[in-house]
Amino acid sequence: MKCGVVVFPGSNCDHDVYHVLKHVLDQEVVFLWHEDTSLKGCDLVVLPGGWSYGDYLRGGAMAALAPVLAAVRAHADKGGFVLGICNGFQVLTESHLLPGALRRNAGLRFECRDVWVRVERADLPFTRRYSEGQVIRMPIAHGEGNFEHFAGELDRLEAARQVVFRYVSPTGEIDPAWNFNGSARAIAGVCNEAGNVLGLMPHPERCAEEVLGNKDGLALFESLAQGAFGRLAGAAR
Amino acid sequence: MKARVTVYPRREILDPQGKAIQGALSRIGFSEVREVRAGKSFEIDLGTDDAQSAGERLAQMCEKLLANTVVEEYRIELVNGAGA
Repeated sequence: MKCGVVVFPGSNCDHDVYHVLKHVLDQEVVFLWHEDTSLKGCDLVVLPGGWSYGDYLRGGAMAALAPVLAAVRAHADKGGFVLGICNGFQVLTESHLLPGALRRNAGLRFECRDVWVRVERADLPFTRRYSEGQVIRMPIAHGEGNFEHFAGELDRLEAARQVVFRYVSPTGEIDPAWNFNGSARAIAGVCNEAGNVLGLMPHPERCAEEVLGNKDGLALFESLAQGAFGRLAGAAR
Repeated sequence: MKARVTVYPRREILDPQGKAIQGALSRIGFSEVREVRAGKSFEIDLGTDDAQSAGERLAQMCEKLLANTVVEEYRIELVNGAGA
C-alpha cells in the first residue's frame, strides 16, 4: 500500500504517522506538501495532527482550502482511503469531506490524556482488525474536539452507521464523566457514507508499538494494510 | 466600503466560553448579566461602493470561510454604507 502523509505548516504528528506506516508496518510512505496538487499515486492519504496554519480562524479551516485538499477530495470521491487524525479530522469536517464540526472542548481545557473508545463498526477498511464493541485505549491531545452537528443530522449519522468511535468508560459504557470534550453522543470518530474517509480525535499513531506501552492503535493501520494486500505486508517478514 | 462581520455560536448550541465569561462577570459584581455569547468580529474593507453586491459577496465569504455554519451563525453590517 502506498501511503501519503500530508504536511501542512504546523503539522506535528506527520513523522509519527510516517514512522508507524513505514517502520512498524513496512509500507511505502511519502510526505505530501500542502501545496502539492498530486497525491503521487497514494492509496491512503493521512491528514495528521498538529496546528495547521496555526489553526487561525478555526482548527482546520485554513488547511481545508490548501491546494492538496482538492487532490484529497478527488481521491476520496473515487473511493480512495483518507484518514484524518485530530487536526486532520478538523480539516476533514471543515472541508465537508466528513459531517459535523469540532468545537472548543466543553470544559474549555486542552485535554491531554488517555481515553477509552468503543469501536462501533468493525466492517470498515479502517477497523476490520478490531471487533465491534471492542474498547480500546488511545491518547487524546486537543482543545477543539467537541463534536457537534444539528440534532437531525446526528440522528442521520447514527442511522447511516457513520459513528465509528465513541468515548466510553473503561468498561465500555457511555458516561459523560468519560466524554472529556463534551462531544455530542460521545462521538470520537466518524466516517463518510461510503466508508472510505475516516476522522477521529484520538491518536492511534501514538499507541502503535509495544515500546510505547500501548498498541491499541496499531490495528487501525494494520486494517488498512491488510485491505490493500489481503494480508499484512509486515507479517511476511 | 467597509463591513463588520460577527460570528457567534448557534443559539441551540452550548457556548462554554460565553458561560465562563458570564460566570466571571457575575463574580466581579455584574450579576445582572443573563447571558453572554462569545464570538468573533471581522472588519473587512471592500473595494466597492455597491452595497447590494457587497452584501452578497460578504454572505458568500461567511458561508465559505468566515463562519462554520454547522455550529455558527453570522451577521453582516455595512459600516459606512447604507447598511444591509
